[in-house]
Amino acid sequence: MILELLTNPFYQRALATAGFIGFANGFFSGFVVLRRDALSVSALSHTMLPGIALGIFLTGALSQWNAFLGAMFGALLVGLGSVVVARGKRVEQGTALAVLYTAAFAAGIALLPKLDTRQELEHWLFGDIIAVGNADIWIAFGIGAFTLLITNLLMRPILLTLFESNVAAAQGVPVRFIQYLIFTLLVLALVSSLQAVGCVLSVGLLVTPAATVSLLTDRTSSLFWGGGLIGGVGSVAAVLLSGKFGIAPGPAIVIVLGLLFIAAYLFSPKYGLLAPRQR
Amino acid sequence: MTDTHHDCCAHHGHHHELVIENLSVCYRRVLALDTVSLATSCGNRVALIGPNGAGKSTLLKAIAGLVPKDRGTIRWRGTAVKKWSREFAYLPQREEVDWSFPITVRGLVEMGRYPQTGWWRKFSPEDTAAVDRALESLALMNLQDRQIRELSGGQQQRAFLARALAQEAHVLLLDEPFTGLDRNASQLLGNLLAKLAHEGRLVIASHHDLNTVPHLFDEALVLSTRALAFGPVTEILTPELIAHTFHEPATRA
Repeated sequence: MILELLTNPFYQRALATAGFIGFANGFFSGFVVLRRDALSVSALSHTMLPGIALGIFLTGALSQWNAFLGAMFGALLVGLGSVVVARGKRVEQGTALAVLYTAAFAAGIALLPKLDTRQELEHWLFGDIIAVGNADIWIAFGIGAFTLLITNLLMRPILLTLFESNVAAAQGVPVRFIQYLIFTLLVLALVSSLQAVGCVLSVGLLVTPAATVSLLTDRTSSLFWGGGLIGGVGSVAAVLLSGKFGIAPGPAIVIVLGLLFIAAYLFSPKYGLLAPRQR
Repeated sequence: MTDTHHDCCAHHGHHHELVIENLSVCYRRVLALDTVSLATSCGNRVALIGPNGAGKSTLLKAIAGLVPKDRGTIRWRGTAVKKWSREFAYLPQREEVDWSFPITVRGLVEMGRYPQTGWWRKFSPEDTAAVDRALESLALMNLQDRQIRELSGGQQQRAFLARALAQEAHVLLLDEPFTGLDRNASQLLGNLLAKLAHEGRLVIASHHDLNTVPHLFDEALVLSTRALAFGPVTEILTPELIAHTFHEPATRA
């Protein structure tokens, strides 16, 4: 039965997309885990929906491009907005983010009845990898390749900044530039997984793979490549399994990644719950 | 194990001077440092002492180029330090470091080489040798594969010092290096700083325990936004000055 599926062009496309997005976002999840603020990524992912709604509202049509641009605009506006508000030192960034993203989400919900594409919008909320078109594949491929290229080129300054920004600055790293860069790439990565898993579940792809690897290794580079591997292989396996168990591929991807995380949490030789106690 | 790779003044007989003149730093509208001046040279260990909020950390950060100067100049070996210099290494307070970061001791020390390697170049045999030397001279060789959280407080401090040595820094700027260390570890670190200064580096550290200043440092700057006194520790730590700075008797401080 799996062989039958593999010859189906829709399935082939879905598998290729899942593998690539899984790898690219799994790789990037290393930075999210090192930044220690997975929750703010979750907040940002929720701002993509009102972004898409706004994009449709303004252009009057739902297409890949205005959905992607809307999602990106929403996440950037709220994310950067929270940074600017937190600059004032009076309001903490987490607080600012919570205020802005719920406000944006509420605005998105208020806008929904005014759109005549509500059904399809659900699509974006939960993703539909079987329905990916060529445009989606190219967007995901382009963003993924760009993110991988930039992060590999700037790996050293990024790691220095994430580890200790003062020491990094004392070594001549342009810390503020790197911080904004990571943030921008983060938003791009979120947007690239929209079609596969949707707004809400995109966080799973951007956090879980490296979180799993962090239970298995102390090497920084493994966090990225291992995260990519788990993300890619896990996503492909999940799409294959989803047909068999009759569940939607988007949730299947995040479920499989979640199960891998739990397995690592329990059985990791060094940090696992069931690991023999040392020291 | 030799120190000949280190081209500091101990090895060619003339002194490298750090001269700070009329340095002022503002955070937003609050004055953190007000026209602070001091002049010292490598081979010395300088303590920055003063009450909380006196500007000790700010002065360290200003020397490291981490906070913008409002007025004044910092000159090292005769040239003005504009922003940052490879010859300065900044060691943060231990609680500011994310110790669960997945990095080994060796990985941490290798980060010290990035100013030399730049953003892309691979590690040359020379870089690897510098990392080895740094690990060796701080007795971290057998701990090099440990994750940094698996170290004791003193070892963590040493790992950051090793990173500074790998960078071939001449000026070590340490923020409260002795905080949280037990007696033994404090003594070890004290000996180590003495050795590093003896080899020709300049050690500048903020410090809050007045009782140990005479053992651990050669010179002291008493700071309270302004520089109240600067000189050899034996001359500086007079009871009157301490009472004036900390608003309480020296014995209780």
